Amino acid sequence: MRLGVLFSGGKDSTLALHYAEEKEKVVCLITLLSENKESYMFHTPNIDITALQAEALNLPRIIKRTRGEKEKELADLEEAIAQTAKEFQIEGVVTGAVESVYQAERVQRICNKLGLWCFNPLWKHDQKVLLEELVQKRFEVVISGVFAYPLDEKWLGKQIDSNLISRLLDLQQKYSISPSGEGGEIETTVLDAPLFKKKIEILDYTSAARGNSGVFNINRARLVEK
Amino acid sequence: MILIVDMNCKKDSLGYFEFVLPIIEVAKLLDKWVVKHYLDLTSEDLSACEVIILSGTPLKDTATLSQPDKFQWLKETEKPTLGICAGMQTIGVVYGMGLRRCLEIGMTTVSTVKENPLFSGDFKAFSLHSICLEPKADFEVWAKSPLCIQLIKHKSKSIYGILFHPEVRNQEILRKFVRTPK
Repeated sequence: MRLGVLFSGGKDSTLALHYAEEKEKVVCLITLLSENKESYMFHTPNIDITALQAEALNLPRIIKRTRGEKEKELADLEEAIAQTAKEFQIEGVVTGAVESVYQAERVQRICNKLGLWCFNPLWKHDQKVLLEELVQKRFEVVISGVFAYPLDEKWLGKQIDSNLISRLLDLQQKYSISPSGEGGEIETTVLDAPLFKKKIEILDYTSAARGNSGVFNINRARLVEK
Repeated sequence: MILIVDMNCKKDSLGYFEFVLPIIEVAKLLDKWVVKHYLDLTSEDLSACEVIILSGTPLKDTATLSQPDKFQWLKETEKPTLGICAGMQTIGVVYGMGLRRCLEIGMTTVSTVKENPLFSGDFKAFSLHSICLEPKADFEVWAKSPLCIQLIKHKSKSIYGILFHPEVRNQEILRKFVRTPK
């Protein structure tokens, strides 16, 4: 089955792509560029890096800009998926939804309307297991946004490894934050993954936070041999 | 032993991650478990387990509804059996119930219409279906949503069908199904 992946460049959509490619044929990425930093639907930090990620994956990408207004962005998403179905003859869409019924429901509705299959391969999976899988499968993932107490500037740009997972799990115990950022506590950017033919090297970045809200912005990056 | 039947149209499918793994996450805390695809089920599998759970499938996957011959064991088994979504619809087809179009995606209010050991009152549940059942007289209705019947139970056998997805929200229903003396 030919599939398109809703792709933000973060760990969840990249891992979902990995699962999808194991079972079916991923033929393109679908990326929404939201102007709303607090979008309910779309991950925002370093969304421009998806261009390099698509090149690393050797996959074409459909890009749709959206102002990110709550229901209008769904119309934009539907338009992007419909365009992808037409251009790439996809039969289904894959998302990286883990816990969010809000996200899953809306993509399911759009796919149903367009007559497409909808797959959420990370749905309801244990968050600790998902984080550990990233490390086991040698994904290189950095924290590109923090948005909850007690996360701060020190977390920005840090790579997800066993040590960082332990620290996130400690915070889950103490502060009830979601260790994989399901409540929007953290955002991530993938620099390398098993399906990447090349990996991303960061050449210049800006890391800035105010209290418990901050973003690690990749200003310049390039693809290098793995 | 909990036997989880993978109802996806293909073996080793992408839908397995979404519709079977979340059931395993609940089952592994309750008992030993095993997953078999519906095309691979054997009489040994059916006799080795204590309870059976039929998984759901992606919205577009209705393959089992046209293969009632693969599920005749549902009429013969003495084991408590719970069908989730496509699993419930398949139970309906095997027992000769009617199907009709009924789309519910997302959180739905489910109301208990008959006192039962699995749940009570009104509650929110996650739905993902485009087909519902018109039950026959040998099944009783335990719960409804505004649009359709959400839970049925055979009047004399331990055969249950749930249209919503208890593995997504309301996991305690699965735990109670496994633990409730039958």
